[in-house]
Amino acid sequence: MCSTCGCGEGNLHIDGVSPHEHPHTHQHDHEHEHDGCHHTHPHEHMHSHSHHHEHTRDSAHIDPAPRMVEVERDLLERNDAVARENRQWFRDHALFALNLVSSPGAGKTTLLVHTIEALKNECQCVVIEGDQQTQNDAERIRATGIPAVQINTGKGCHLDARMVQQAMNNLPPLNQGLLFIENVGNLVCPAAFDLGEAHKVVVLSVTEGTDKPQKYPDMFHEANIMLINKIDLLPYVDFDVEQAIAYAQQVNPNIKVIRISAVIGDGMDEWLNWLKENANEARKVRDDDVHALRRRIAELEARLNP
Amino acid sequence: MHEMSLAKSMYEIIEETARKNNAKQVKSVQVELGVLSHAEPDALTFAFEVVTHGTIAEGARFDIIRLSGKAWCMVCARTVPLPKLGAPCPDCNGYQLAVTQGDEMRIASIEII
Repeated sequence: MCSTCGCGEGNLHIDGVSPHEHPHTHQHDHEHEHDGCHHTHPHEHMHSHSHHHEHTRDSAHIDPAPRMVEVERDLLERNDAVARENRQWFRDHALFALNLVSSPGAGKTTLLVHTIEALKNECQCVVIEGDQQTQNDAERIRATGIPAVQINTGKGCHLDARMVQQAMNNLPPLNQGLLFIENVGNLVCPAAFDLGEAHKVVVLSVTEGTDKPQKYPDMFHEANIMLINKIDLLPYVDFDVEQAIAYAQQVNPNIKVIRISAVIGDGMDEWLNWLKENANEARKVRDDDVHALRRRIAELEARLNP
Repeated sequence: MHEMSLAKSMYEIIEETARKNNAKQVKSVQVELGVLSHAEPDALTFAFEVVTHGTIAEGARFDIIRLSGKAWCMVCARTVPLPKLGAPCPDCNGYQLAVTQGDEMRIASIEII
């Protein structure tokens, strides 16, 4: 298992291409071993595999008494490290990045299509789509005229930070704007994985149960904003908006809520304004970073040329 | 089942630690898993067995140390127990709670020979 780059899954595809059908373009230490891994690697890894344990197994002089070794490391430390790299990259490129999560069918892609149609002339938008299979969602996004990358996770139930990092290589050069990452439709697994986004946005549609936030509290706890979508259908369904909001606030008292109908347009202004404000803020943060770096360079040059 | 991904990440850390310590075999693994964390103990145990099959950690005992959930109640201004996300403060019955413990997913130690 090459768990550094996730190729143990074997089914990951980005825009239809397995990241392992070509040499890795990202750099990482590959000091782990592939012992016990039953798959083969037809591609060129730019590293050698070490099998240190084979040697120690032959070393009869090592004390066989069991001993405890303190570890104290988070299970998700590698994902979180890549997520931090992504977050820094988004900051450096003035991208306001959102991770959209929901059950399948809550309307994430339709919401994105309408959002992009409304914003694409004001601000650069790009999309990373996550699904187990098909290019359908990326094609829907591309039909609006903006760039989209499709990640197919194969059997995977969520996106992770490495997949997003790899997908970014397939996007055109970016400098300022909005990055929407549409996660695999799943209210459970994506909650655990930081992708480097500014916020998780959970989309709950009124055709689902009012008690979804109670049933799947982890996701509503992790999200900073909840969009209650398809509110144009409220007359036809048994969904209590106030109760759903109350349930969401029970697991996350600070969650921001917007009621929206992507198709009819209700609530879209509030959503679009929130996006624009945050995109502007991302630009200001980047500009401040650049000014701080320029000041630092000037200070250093002054010291070099007293 | 994201526990499989978690188990793979876990194995990576175990393998690296074992190698650095010149271990021949991993006998047991101690994992701290908060009750509010994103992993189910049974699913993680199953995934651990699958992921470690044929490795230096095959057959290792998998010990899960459950950490209780705690939260800071902003109304009561004190730490209160939180058995699950969405549970109210046991004192004021409110939900103005910020989790302070129980979301851990951490390898505490491994036992090697």
